[in-house]
Amino acid sequence: MERNYLKMEFYSRTENVAVARLTVATIASQLDFTLSEIEEIKVAVSEAVSNAVIHAYPGEMGLIQVEVVLENGQLRVVVSDQGRGITDLAKARQPSFSTDPERMGLGFSFMESFMDTLEVSSRPGQGTRVEMTKRPTGGAGEHD
Amino acid sequence: MAVNYERVGDVIILRPEGDLDLGAVDEFRRTAERALEEGRCRKLLVNLKGVSFIDSSGLGVILGRYKKISQLQGEMAFAQAPAKLKPVLELSGLLKIIPLYDSEKKALERMVRHGA
Repeated sequence: MERNYLKMEFYSRTENVAVARLTVATIASQLDFTLSEIEEIKVAVSEAVSNAVIHAYPGEMGLIQVEVVLENGQLRVVVSDQGRGITDLAKARQPSFSTDPERMGLGFSFMESFMDTLEVSSRPGQGTRVEMTKRPTGGAGEHD
Repeated sequence: MAVNYERVGDVIILRPEGDLDLGAVDEFRRTAERALEEGRCRKLLVNLKGVSFIDSSGLGVILGRYKKISQLQGEMAFAQAPAKLKPVLELSGLLKIIPLYDSEKKALERMVRHGA
């Protein structure tokens, strides 16, 4: 498998959540992911980008970056923003923690469940960065 | 996302089509509220057959309707969830509070029998 890399940057508009997950899914399908693994990737990306759209730039439009990397038979997705950041990261990552009664607070749980690794770093006032990786389970993994 | 609805007896059947994500939750919420108000109903059946994708935003707007309907002693159910939505539905815990039926008919039989 050759390397592949794609970076996109877009406004924090709700319509762009679908654009991001579909683009990542298209690139990811260059690896041997099963259809249900591709669905899992779509959910994880949707959660990370939705979090940024909702929380990073309250009341204004800001930029969100999504990087997709295929290397060594693995998918790596990085979602970042330069927004207000998360003050209490441990609390935000708890299942069912949500600041809104119409939200489930399951974003981070889904990212954790559906990807192999999840790293979140955030600084108040400086933004948030979510990095997730996933390797196909059924496929041969690393090959040319 | 398009959301169609129909009233059968005292049950509103909501049939969303497309991706139920952050970009679709407002439309879903508006349509559900309007349908329940117009029909003066407190029973909601969400047919998921046409839903191609759902994430925690979509599940959240459904949970929001469930909370409202429960306060009114109403009832809610799902019908026809596509296989690819099942992992997310199960992981969310929503199926523990909102029953899933494999057809609208079966859901309606149960919901209508429960009486208003």
